[in-house]
Amino acid sequence: MAFSLVNRFEQDNVFVEKIDNLINWARSNSPWFFQFGLACCGIEMMAAAAPRHDLERFGAMPRASPRQSDVMIVAGTVTLKMATRVKRLYEQMANPKYVISMGSCANSGGPYWQYGYHVLKGVDLVIPVDIYVPGCPPRPEALIQGINELQRKIREETPLRKVS
Amino acid sequence: MELSDFRKAISGAHPDALAADAESQQWLEIIPEKWGEVALTLRDDKALRFDYLSCLSGYDEGVDGQLAVIYNLHSMELLQQLEIRVKLPREGGRVPSVAHIWRAADWHEREAYDMYGMTFSGHPDLRRMLLPEDWVGHPLLKDYETPEYYRGIEVEKDKRGWE
Repeated sequence: MAFSLVNRFEQDNVFVEKIDNLINWARSNSPWFFQFGLACCGIEMMAAAAPRHDLERFGAMPRASPRQSDVMIVAGTVTLKMATRVKRLYEQMANPKYVISMGSCANSGGPYWQYGYHVLKGVDLVIPVDIYVPGCPPRPEALIQGINELQRKIREETPLRKVS
Repeated sequence: MELSDFRKAISGAHPDALAADAESQQWLEIIPEKWGEVALTLRDDKALRFDYLSCLSGYDEGVDGQLAVIYNLHSMELLQQLEIRVKLPREGGRVPSVAHIWRAADWHEREAYDMYGMTFSGHPDLRRMLLPEDWVGHPLLKDYETPEYYRGIEVEKDKRGWE
């Protein structure tokens, strides 16, 4: 981790730290995700959130509303009919917001790459994606690594400065 | 009862309903105009009693062929099965709806309409079942061409140069 509160303690419980880092520490450790199980990837996402893999040890917990969530995990095949809804739900999320594209279908269309008249060829055609998790479907460990990578990405942000 | 018995029963009640079909077929082909009355007979006749529509499918024979609707019927009472096919032209094909006879046909007919575009006349609510309402065309037709864009979203991303 980029900084540690404990190491910065000095006399009288006062510590000095950049507020960027404080915000990033809070944000990166509470990536509440918008559960978006669209296909078999959704099952792996549920398994990742269940006790055996326990996503909550990273602060990630499933939410059923876009207004309460920070991360949208698009888990599964996005049809063109669903794509319009995915976009609308993304727009309803409050900033800062992130997207994890989970599985081959969400990444690139997957097995529907060539002849799927109804499948969106990658969710990045309608919303910006931060992390791509490959696999068909990815195991929960892969999703956990994706969330860890997202946390790393959040910790490198500079939320108080406009320049990124 | 065997298929030949079903054939006799239907041709007895509706003499010109059966399309010319070969003996080797495992189904009965009904002409579209008569299908509505034949369906009622199939459900209500004491020897037939097909009270359950197991499946309704559509299919496309190809650009030079016809469209068809396949009805798989089952009788819970007499434990017998029957497959009915109704063929109709590719352009403007109409077949009587059986949604008021077997409730299962309601959504199945909507799906067949969604994918093949045949009209089920008399259907209570013939809208698209799976695809969005503003979709253009019927995708399971053999001569269907995938649109380039749907609501501004590119459908066939990066496909150029792959084939």
